[in-house]
Amino acid sequence: MIKAILIFNNHGKPRLSKFYEHYTEDTEQQIIRETFHLVSKRDENICNFLEGGLLIGGSENKLIYRHYATLYFVFCVDSSESELGILDLIQVFVETLDKCFENVCELDLIFHMDKVHNILAEMVMGGMVLETNMSEIITQAEAHNKMEKSETFIFQCPRQDR
Amino acid sequence: MSDVVEKTLSALPGLFDSQTGAARITSRLRQLVKSITELTSKNEEESLIKQELSSMKEQVSSPNTSMMREIMVRAMYCEMLGYDASFTYIHAIKLAQQGGVLEKRVGYLAVSLFLNEGHELLLLLVNTVLKDLQSTNVIEAYMALTVVAQVFPKDMIPAVLPLLEDKLSYPKEIIRRKAVLALYKFYLIAPNQVQHIHAKFRKALCDRDPGVMTSSLHIYLQLITESPDDYKDLTGSFVTILKQVVGGKLPVDFNYHNVPAPWLQIQLLRILSLLGKEDRSTSELMYEVLDESLRRAEMNHNITYAILYECVKAIYTIHPKAELLEKAARCIGNFVLSPKINLRYLGLKALTYVVQHDAKLALQHQMTIIECLDHTDFTIKRETLELLFRITNAQNVTVIVEKMLDFLHGCSDEHTIIHLVGKVAELAEKFAPDNSWFIQTMNDVFSTGGDLLQQDVPNNFLRLLAEGSESKEEDDQLRLYAVNSYLTVLKGDASHLPQRFLQVMSWVLGEYAHLQESVDQREVIRLLTQLLDQRSVSSETRVWILSALTKISEGQTDLILDLAESLSSSQDTVLRQQAQELRQLSQDSQLYEWVLPRGAPWDSMEVDSSLSFLDGFVSEALAAGAAPYKPPHQRQEELCEDRALNLEPYSFSLPVSLSSCSITDRQSPTLLSVSSGLSGNSTELSQKAGSSTLILEGVKRVWGRDGYLRQNETTAPPVDEPSAAVQPSGQQEAAERLEPQPEPSTQNQDKLQLASSLFVGLGAGSSMSLLGKSEAPPPRFRKKPRPHESSSSSSSGTSERSSDSSSRSSHSTTDSFLYGSLLEEEPATSISAFSHTPKSSTANGLAQNKDTKEDRRANTSQILGGDMVIVRPNTFQDKHPSLVSSDLTALLPADLKDLPHSDVISLTSDPSLSLSSCRLFRDEALLLVILISNCTETVIKDVAVQLTCEELETASLRGNVMNCLEGNSTSVCHYALLMDEPHTNVSFTGTVSYQTQPGHTNTLSFSGTLSAADFIRPLVVSTEEYGKLWLSLSHDVKQNLKLLTDASDPLRTTLNALKDALQLHVVDIIGSEGIVACRLLSGAPCLLHCRVNGAALAMWLRSPHPALPDCILYHCQRALAQH
Repeated sequence: MIKAILIFNNHGKPRLSKFYEHYTEDTEQQIIRETFHLVSKRDENICNFLEGGLLIGGSENKLIYRHYATLYFVFCVDSSESELGILDLIQVFVETLDKCFENVCELDLIFHMDKVHNILAEMVMGGMVLETNMSEIITQAEAHNKMEKSETFIFQCPRQDR
Repeated sequence: MSDVVEKTLSALPGLFDSQTGAARITSRLRQLVKSITELTSKNEEESLIKQELSSMKEQVSSPNTSMMREIMVRAMYCEMLGYDASFTYIHAIKLAQQGGVLEKRVGYLAVSLFLNEGHELLLLLVNTVLKDLQSTNVIEAYMALTVVAQVFPKDMIPAVLPLLEDKLSYPKEIIRRKAVLALYKFYLIAPNQVQHIHAKFRKALCDRDPGVMTSSLHIYLQLITESPDDYKDLTGSFVTILKQVVGGKLPVDFNYHNVPAPWLQIQLLRILSLLGKEDRSTSELMYEVLDESLRRAEMNHNITYAILYECVKAIYTIHPKAELLEKAARCIGNFVLSPKINLRYLGLKALTYVVQHDAKLALQHQMTIIECLDHTDFTIKRETLELLFRITNAQNVTVIVEKMLDFLHGCSDEHTIIHLVGKVAELAEKFAPDNSWFIQTMNDVFSTGGDLLQQDVPNNFLRLLAEGSESKEEDDQLRLYAVNSYLTVLKGDASHLPQRFLQVMSWVLGEYAHLQESVDQREVIRLLTQLLDQRSVSSETRVWILSALTKISEGQTDLILDLAESLSSSQDTVLRQQAQELRQLSQDSQLYEWVLPRGAPWDSMEVDSSLSFLDGFVSEALAAGAAPYKPPHQRQEELCEDRALNLEPYSFSLPVSLSSCSITDRQSPTLLSVSSGLSGNSTELSQKAGSSTLILEGVKRVWGRDGYLRQNETTAPPVDEPSAAVQPSGQQEAAERLEPQPEPSTQNQDKLQLASSLFVGLGAGSSMSLLGKSEAPPPRFRKKPRPHESSSSSSSGTSERSSDSSSRSSHSTTDSFLYGSLLEEEPATSISAFSHTPKSSTANGLAQNKDTKEDRRANTSQILGGDMVIVRPNTFQDKHPSLVSSDLTALLPADLKDLPHSDVISLTSDPSLSLSSCRLFRDEALLLVILISNCTETVIKDVAVQLTCEELETASLRGNVMNCLEGNSTSVCHYALLMDEPHTNVSFTGTVSYQTQPGHTNTLSFSGTLSAADFIRPLVVSTEEYGKLWLSLSHDVKQNLKLLTDASDPLRTTLNALKDALQLHVVDIIGSEGIVACRLLSGAPCLLHCRVNGAALAMWLRSPHPALPDCILYHCQRALAQH
């Protein structure tokens, strides 16, 4: 199971955080900080796997991360997930984002947090990998976007009555 | 791909105005983000966000929906940065409830990010979710399903369950897929609620859409991990699916980098390895497809390696096949030697997994392993140490531990330190070559591990010192060494030492300083007093030190009195108390002698764990009106009860008026249970000795390259090793093995040296046995068995024997009876001689409920003593009982014949013995009768049955040992089993040992399961009694069950069906309601209230025991499903 998905930039600023297990607000922030601390001091050419820190549950859990330009994508998973499989899942995720946002960048993640979360929800649901097929994810996301456009058109007149 | 991102990111500053994506961003969020990026300090950010939040607060109070969406996104952003935006939670729910599709989407998203499963606001969402699940709009249903799978309150599952089940047959596959995952989520949080829909999971597995099938695999992976035996029949299906996937039969859409559905393959391989584990026939089904997978996954892409890795793991997990193992080993080689660091990591992991089965594989890669040990990557290093840990033996332990400690010294990650230090301690304890090394290593462990160390480590260490081994002389040497070493440490600078270490030292000095005669006790006292004065020492440690001082203070009154004086005004009450004690003791040497007798064996100490001496005090307090004690868990439960929701409509009527309700104390004062808290410096230390870690000691190599290694046929190795001394032969061997490799350069020389010392003794088992040495030398420090298990025997007399064996009051006292007395007084009932009349049940031998250590040891030594050991594990499946000819039931002893009983089920058999079992239902216990039939013509001697089941208690047993069993005869042995804590299913295991010829002990093991239904008995009560009881019970569970509708009176039919299956007592049936009662043996009652509710049976269960209703519900569901 995937326990958490974190995206932060080179300075440790969170760009997206999604926890599939319940932690308190403070713990979540600590996890983000700790994870950044662990991941950021690693060189580029060493392996992409890390034993989890203290907070995120000890030796059962692993951190699997990829570093793209200014962003770190970190998946925290338990032993039931395949390391290399998750590594490629991150790749799929990033490629999907890239297609959906036409050259994704850090700012897209900030300004379209809701969309990124929705795309993520197509791939991972409640900690389980739901979909790994990029074109399928994009189709779903676009269907929603289309609906969004048409709805803003239909409900252009304000709906104060509701 | 990544360079694309990089390019975009380099153009960052220009993005604000030009990007199409950015253009649509609402201005407020944009402003917020922009101003945050411009900030320089954390303080500024905080004040800005606070400002933002307060402006949002204003906005939400005068809402208009189009603003709301944007506010939610801003709130999400603030929450992500770690600021509290909880005032928006309720608005998120509102948005999901009232908004159009678009608002709903943001609302649901915000809810799933903000709230957790236990959050109370979530209840407000339930209605919305219900509505949306029923919506005709696919998108609404879709969103509702998403949120259900993310967060949903556990109590509300019954409300949405039927809707989700409907969704399993929805035409759109994405909905089906999400429904499957949502059900899986439910299974994880409340397994009992979804028991009845297992058939639907199977349907999902066979779904025509591969996506739905993929998501159902999540469920099966979980189910099979829990109980692989129940799903063996699906092996064929999984193999077929994998075959099709590997063969490229899926649509091209599912390909990823030309690999067909890699994630699906990984999942399937995991499932197969679980199914094939220790199961030859199942494993045989999958050899072909595993081979195929290995062959196909040869493309050079990351994801194919992921598949290969799973394949290798599967091959090493299932029943071995030589050809596949060879391929897998080659595969691991590819991983380990790969220049890609990720693959090398996985290679090491695979090796770590495999060395347990085949240590030789590590030898092939020894140079790589040594390289990895010096790798710059922390993760790789750690994994290498993990691997070394697995291959440690008595010969290489010093080198490996040294490597581990080196790593630890340069490591700052707390988690890693804790983990590794525990391992070092374990290795040290197990393989220590001598005392000085052991103590030195443990010193290192304590000083590096510091206060992060798990409490286990010091506890185990002290226990080892205290309990000692067989020889007193050796123990004292070890203790003496420890004392010397600690005195040296303390004479140096002790201020930087961790508290745990100080505690250990003070305990050891307190106990054993007297062993060191050359050092003046006053010197020891001086050192410890010095420690007390140090500022860095915590008050807990001071307590340890002070109690150490108390122990060695005898005769040194002058030194002690000052100390006691100065501490008796301490702020710390515990210290003050101890100082007082110390003063009293030092003034009264007689008292001292009595309290702290020198040199008394530590295990003779008696602890009154029930605190019975306080009974008088307690009863006085109760008489004075104090509330009776409730254990913490009960208090917790009562708290929860108040908060639990009532799912039933209020009109629900009870067959009893509320006026008869009487509040009773559920906990009578006599049942007072007090757990004895142990003080920190007590010698009675934690018992779970490193249970979390792997125990390698005595692990037999079960299989190797060529499949299972039959233990009895040790293949003679080629005699190419000169019979030299052990150490040189190991080095020589390592060197020989290295020969095929390129000639090592001189700088590699030290690596070779390291290799020879690291891998010595590995895979050298064959040559070792030539030298007549055992492969695994016994651990140096063998722990003594725990004393309590046998020591109580002397305290209780034999008078209890006459008491009824099964009554609850007496079975606690039966602990004292050992097998030994049974053997003589109660000979086995041998059926071939029918003249034997069983004695009345009061004369039944009572037996100890747990096997004593002695027994187990005796048994193993018996096994080891024989020339031939045949262990043949056989599992029988309760589901498909193979009926043994029913005339076996005729063999039951006469006094048991009248009891209701189950069919006779065959347990296991081998050429000489066959075992079958039958369950007899007595009122206060379940009798498990084991029939042992001798299938041969010859006499079998010394037959002994041993049964273990952790969850059950054995109240009595009879006939488990017999001196001889005539040819073609059957003997009966029966166990009266009690279930105190309800468990849905419990499994038991056991062994029969017997001798066909003197000296040849054979062992036959068997296992089986018993269900809670076997322990349920009818509770005969009147309707009034039922009503009273109902009100006094606390734990209740409600659930809708299937109603058997095929008869004219569905309620009666259903209840009768339940009654037949579960031995319930139907108290009364009035109209559409029925009340039923039962109990767990003669213990906790459980009342069932059933009401016909449309096509379902609404069942409401109450019991004083929290777990019992769930358990009964489960069996009701099963019984109805099978009907």
